[in-house]
Parts: sequence; C-alpha cells; structure tokens
Amino acid sequence: MSAAAPVLGDVIMQATDVEKRFGRLQVLKGVSLDVRQRETVCIIGPSGSGKTTFIRCINHLEKIDGGRIEVNGHLIGYREKSGKLVEDTERSIARQRTQIGMVFQRFNLFPHMTALQNVTEAPVRVLGANKKQAAEEAEVLLTRVGLGDKCGTYPGKLSGGQQQRVAIARALAMKPALMLFDEPTSALDPEVIGEVLAVMEELAHEGMTMIVVTHEMGFAREAADRVVMMDDGQIIEVGPPEHFFEAPEHNRTKQFLSKIL
Amino acid sequence: MLAAIDWQVLYDRVFHPGHVWVVALERTVYISVAAQILGVFLGLAAALMRMSRFWPFRFLSGLYVWFFRGTPVIVQIFFVYFGTNLLFGFTLIPNQVGWLGGLDGAAFAGILALGINEGAYMREIIRAGIDSIDKGQMEAAKSLGMRSTLAMRRVILPQAARVIVPPLGNEFNNMMKTSSLVSFIGVYELFQDAEVHYSNDFKPVEVFLAVALSYLMLTTVWSFIQSRIERRLAVSDRSDDEISFRERMFGEGTILRGRS
Repeated sequence: MSAAAPVLGDVIMQATDVEKRFGRLQVLKGVSLDVRQRETVCIIGPSGSGKTTFIRCINHLEKIDGGRIEVNGHLIGYREKSGKLVEDTERSIARQRTQIGMVFQRFNLFPHMTALQNVTEAPVRVLGANKKQAAEEAEVLLTRVGLGDKCGTYPGKLSGGQQQRVAIARALAMKPALMLFDEPTSALDPEVIGEVLAVMEELAHEGMTMIVVTHEMGFAREAADRVVMMDDGQIIEVGPPEHFFEAPEHNRTKQFLSKIL
Repeated sequence: MLAAIDWQVLYDRVFHPGHVWVVALERTVYISVAAQILGVFLGLAAALMRMSRFWPFRFLSGLYVWFFRGTPVIVQIFFVYFGTNLLFGFTLIPNQVGWLGGLDGAAFAGILALGINEGAYMREIIRAGIDSIDKGQMEAAKSLGMRSTLAMRRVILPQAARVIVPPLGNEFNNMMKTSSLVSFIGVYELFQDAEVHYSNDFKPVEVFLAVALSYLMLTTVWSFIQSRIERRLAVSDRSDDEISFRERMFGEGTILRGRS
C-alpha cells in the first residue's frame, strides 16, 4: 500500500469482460476491473492499448459491444430487457453521468464562460442548484485548486495547467462518486505538469475515488493504490505500485517500464 | 449619352423622395428583417433536424433544402400567396393580418416565402457553425450530465454563433435586395415605389437609378453595422476584461462579474 492510502470501501466501479470494437478493430478484448471507494487506480500502457477507450466506456462516451460496467451498482449506459442489454435513454444516461466526473486530455473548458461559470454551469443547469450558492461553492473549489483569483477569467487567458485545474474543479462541482482522468497532463507543457499532479495527489489523499490514465509514473508510484497495465486491449497486470515498479511479473510490463522509466 | 438623363428628376427622386418613399423604405426593411429572423429560426430547426438520430427528420430537412434552394424565390412567393387558393380553393393568407403590427396579406405572404427560402440557406450556415465546434465540447458537456439539447443551447450554439454571424450578415444583405421580388405580389415596398413612379412619368433610367441608390444606402448602412458586430465579436473572443457579445446581447453572466 502506498503511504497515505485511506481505508478502502465498497466497490464503486465494476467492469466485467468489457469489449469494444471500432469497425473490425477490437480495441477492448474483455477488460475486467473493480475499483473501490477511496481507491486511486492508475492505468498505464503503450498508446493504442485501449486505456483511454476503457475509461471513456465507464461514463458511456463510448458504447460497449460486450460485457457490462456498473457504477454504484447501476448498469452504465444500458438497461436489461429480457436478458439482453439495450441502450438506455438519454435522460438516464445523463443522470448516471452526474455521478462520474471526467477530466480530459485537452481540458475541454467552455471558452465562452469564465472559470467560475465553467464550474457553476452544470450544478445550476443540471442539478438545479441555487446560482448564488453554486457560485460560492465554485469559488471554494477554484481556491482549492489554487485559482481563487481567476474566477472571472476566461479559459483563453489561462495557461494549460490552470485550465486543467479549472476542469478538475468543474468536474468536482458535481460531487461525483468517481473521477475519471484521461491523460490529464499529456497536453501540458512540462513546467506546468507538476501543479496539476499536485492537485490530483491531494484529491487522492483526501479519499476521492479516481481512475487515472497516465504516463506519469511518478504520480502512479506516489498516489496510486493499484497500477493497472494494459496492452493490446487487455489488462495484463495489476498490483500495488511498489510491487508493480520494483518487480513486475509480466514481460510486456517489464519492456514497457524499461522504455518509459 | 449622359445627356439623356433628366438630372432634375433624378435629383428629386434621390433628395426629395417624399413621404411615400419613406413608407416604402420602412416596408422593405421590415420585410427583410422579419424574413431573416424567420429564416434563422427555420434554418436552426432544419440544422438540428439534420443532425437528428431519427431518420425522417433528416430526410425532411434534406427535402426542405433541396426544394427551396432548387426553385426560384419568385415562384415560391407566388405559390405561398396564391397557391392554396388556386390549388385547393381556400385562402391561406387573409387580406389583412392582425399581428406583427398589422400587415396586408401580401406583405405577410412575402415575409413567409422569403423566410422559408432563407431558412434553406441558413441551415447550411448554421450546420457549418455547429460543425466547427470541437467535439470535445459536447463530450465535456455530456460528462457533466447535460442532455444534448441543453448542451446545444448552453455550450455549442453560443460558440457557433461567432462562426455563424459573418455569413448571416451577408445573407441579410442579400435579403434586402431579394425582398424587391415581393413587389410582384403587390406589396408596396421600395421597388414597387419605383415602378409606380416609372409608370407615371416614364423616366426609367432616373427612377431605377434612384431606387438602386436606395438599396445601396441600405446595404451600406448594414455593412457598417455588420462590421461593428463582427469587430465586437472578435474583441470579446476569450478575453477576460471585455464583456462578451452574448452577455451584451442577453445580459447573462453579469452577476459573476467583478468577483475576482
């Protein structure tokens, strides 16, 4: 276990034999993973291994072709109808997504809204939160990610690192049960990667449940409870970071780590 | 050659056009603005239908553009005004329309026809605007639990507006000139005004030169307004100390100002 690992709770995310095809290319070949409350799981692996596709399936930004994904005990994106899975209505998919925060590689902040508006938009429009209260909470969140003085600033005037921190605050504003990070530092200049990772580490230590697709091995070593190695659409190795980085079992993991470390 | 022009007549038409001309000018502006607004809404509806998952919507949207871009506006105007009467024996457009400040039926039919025609062109412009927005914006909105209608309204369309406004301005320029066609169903607007004068004094060159100048004045004024709007859009683009165009137009977001 890593240094500050909190006590883990119940299973929050359960993926079972998830399959995904893009045309004839099968990108996920039966991926199964359980993530428990307060756990931080880092997914690593070479590009094209399916790790991004996998976490996009978790909030149904991608449909799946086989298996099932449950978050908080609810099947994601599908309903069971006489033993078969059929895609759920837009309304209930949207409701499920309010439980799952997502941070994207390229931030995807809304450029026509200030940092504060980016954070308040979904709580107000989706959850029906009181505007004033949402703004106060957003200020607290932005302060937490170190941007309390940037509330009125538009994304175009923020650095990449600042934008990504706003994006994290925006996702947190929905009070999600689970946070997904899709290579959150891959589009950043090296000098600002640290400030984003610091925010994420703090989140992990505070007990947020997180699934992080990343190439930052330092972060994985520091913040992860478990590291998952994916290759060719499959999970090939899972383990706590000490074990994972010191004594990987699988050959492909060794090869990958030797290239990247 | 130029000696053939009766300068006095031209001078009078341009500088002392009289009250009737003012009424005709207002009418042209009114019809153009109303038809353009109608066109924007129809275009938006058609653009959204085009992107629908429900194929009959996509089909209808395609049919709409195919038909109204493929036939002359003047024919469409005739059909809207006289069509139901001649084909089905009832009058679709009454002689007087009570709303919109009281219009005669012909002007109303003209607005309707021009607006429907315009919608077919606006659909393409609006679709291009929506397509220009990064796909990540819709994904981010969805990941926050927004449904696609809300995401469209709050996230995509406000951004697409920046892309849509310049070609929309050009469309309106066109609309003011095309609106002259409603003179054929008897609407008293700028061109009709010119025709009446022409049949009175048989001075075609002077009369039509004067009416050309009237339209030129309208389009020139509009191009100034248009460039102002565009400049404002460009300035407010992602700047933190400028109030955005959307905020200026609709007064949104002001409660959050001055917090930082």
